[in-house]
Amino acid sequence: MLLIRCPYCEEERPELEFRNAGEAHIARSANMAGESDDDFEKFFFIRSNPKGIIYERWRHMHGCARFFNAVRDTVTDKFIMTYKAGEPKPSKLPKNSNEVVAK
Amino acid sequence: MAKAAVKKAAPAASPSVERRPALAGRNVSATGVKVEELPPAERMSLRAPEPSVAALSKALGLTLPKKPKTSVSKAGRTALWLGPDEWLVIDEAGNDPLADCAKVAALHSAVCISHRNIAISVMGPAAEAAINSGCPQDLSLDAFPVGAASRTILGKAEIVLLRTAADAFRVECWRSFSDYVFTFLSEGARDAAG
Repeated sequence: MLLIRCPYCEEERPELEFRNAGEAHIARSANMAGESDDDFEKFFFIRSNPKGIIYERWRHMHGCARFFNAVRDTVTDKFIMTYKAGEPKPSKLPKNSNEVVAK
Repeated sequence: MAKAAVKKAAPAASPSVERRPALAGRNVSATGVKVEELPPAERMSLRAPEPSVAALSKALGLTLPKKPKTSVSKAGRTALWLGPDEWLVIDEAGNDPLADCAKVAALHSAVCISHRNIAISVMGPAAEAAINSGCPQDLSLDAFPVGAASRTILGKAEIVLLRTAADAFRVECWRSFSDYVFTFLSEGARDAAG
């Protein structure tokens, strides 16, 4: 079982307590009615789906129930780091993911 | 939510509001672990932002814990940290925590959930193993010391776990899940004993 570090509980918890909540850092337009159909489609449907590093929202559903963001590698399924919701996208990722996750 | 609307009325006078325990005193004993239903208690779900915490702590008569996975207990009343702005307050002394919070002017949300939850006690040297049969958390004394509390899962049901002693846990679950949770814990107890 994967252990995921919840930034609010400040410790690693079993993955069964968590739920994925889609890609992170997708900003909703302040003027939704003024969006063109193409822009809306991009915002609403189009996701990056990368092979490698992905920034995702996760929710500690059966724990503190808080949403947070996680950086995950879609190839190895390794969590590289997690950070609180609302915090900016990390500009630099830690080199050794194991060290950070085990912090 | 209805404040004090569902208070314990005298059962003899008005049988329609009599409290019927979901598990009706069910209990299971296995070698090294005993699973039984705990008596009803007053419970409150409390959400409050940081600036309100001090006022609420004062009104409740205990300091609401701010550290993850901890609880604070005083005079039969226990406050469990569930989230950064969320607590479960359990009062076993029969005092209504909702009434205490009603006096607080600071922003908060207090909801009576006395009848939503039921509590199961899991006791004995094999209690840890019995709960771990369906709960993936590390329940060793290092990771989950006495007084530690956490919302987590047991099998498919969500529970709130509180360690009351080195070999005793209080498992809180929704009333509608109680049959499942109790049966799961009973099976876990048998496995842990065997």
